Amino acid sequence: MMILGSGLLALIAVSAFVIVRTDDVTNQIIALSFYGLLFALMFFIFQAPDVALSQVTVGAIALPLMVMLAITRMKHREELNKRKQEKSR
Amino acid sequence: MTPKIRLLVFLIGAVGLGAVYCAGARNMPPWAEYRGPYGDVIASLAVFERHATDTVNAITYDYRGFDTLGEEFILFSAVTGVMLLLRPEKAEQKKRNEESNENPQSFQDAAALSETVQVFTTALFGFSVLFGAYIATHGQLTPGGGFQGGVIIAAAPMLLYIAENTDAFRRIVSHPIVEFFEGFGASLYALIGFLALLAGAPFLTNVLPLGQTGDVFSSGTIGLISTCVGVEVAAAFILVTYEYLREILSCERDQER
Repeated sequence: MMILGSGLLALIAVSAFVIVRTDDVTNQIIALSFYGLLFALMFFIFQAPDVALSQVTVGAIALPLMVMLAITRMKHREELNKRKQEKSR
Repeated sequence: MTPKIRLLVFLIGAVGLGAVYCAGARNMPPWAEYRGPYGDVIASLAVFERHATDTVNAITYDYRGFDTLGEEFILFSAVTGVMLLLRPEKAEQKKRNEESNENPQSFQDAAALSETVQVFTTALFGFSVLFGAYIATHGQLTPGGGFQGGVIIAAAPMLLYIAENTDAFRRIVSHPIVEFFEGFGASLYALIGFLALLAGAPFLTNVLPLGQTGDVFSSGTIGLISTCVGVEVAAAFILVTYEYLREILSCERDQER
């Protein structure tokens, strides 16, 4: 149990590092979702299935979706600004 | 600030943090050891006293039910605050209604999604609603409870959004009944608390018959409160997603003009 737990904690640390080092935002969101799933697994192994259940939905679905929405909006705005600049020329 | 000084500042900070962290970690309990007395006491008493097999929910919805009521209203007031801040103004609302009639799919992403993702996310919709309802109503028996169940239910429309079924997503999340359910779930929790006052006991006492341990309709108010919290949390999360999306939509439209 101890090996499994420490291995998982190490894996979480590694994936957190990977998220920070990922350049592409879309890939980063997918990595964030994976990180959330790992966290849920950790809660489950440390005998907190209640917390694991909410972590699965919040960490693996809700949080990445929120970030995704924000990124979509930013990209959209950039495109619109580009179009405006082209028109004004 | 040159890179050298920056590195020096970082190293000083890192060494300090490492020292404090090691000092703190030295005093931590060994692996998988529990030191406090309360957990053991409650774990041995909850099934006997409340007929609830999930001790965590026996604590959150019964032993410290008043605290949970406060937490629930924190979520309630937070969502109300978000809705107040992001509310559309009247003139804008009129325009927006006209626009949305002309162009209801304006937010649809042009990029095509793979069929596998579409099929699976749509198929998961019914499953996650059912699973959320199960988790919320069986809070007294199995791990989970109102908050977890509510979040799972609220994730179902998000799955639709991922599947690019944006129309269905908007129909669900913009439905006025969601607002009703948010208030309904929150107030029902408080009303269950007043039920105890009618019976002459302190606020939020578990006055309902406890039933047989392991039965769905057992452990008195715990299951009921768990279901109410589930309704409130699901509605609250759906409302928040809708409010943020509406904000995104309005920004896009303003820029397109």
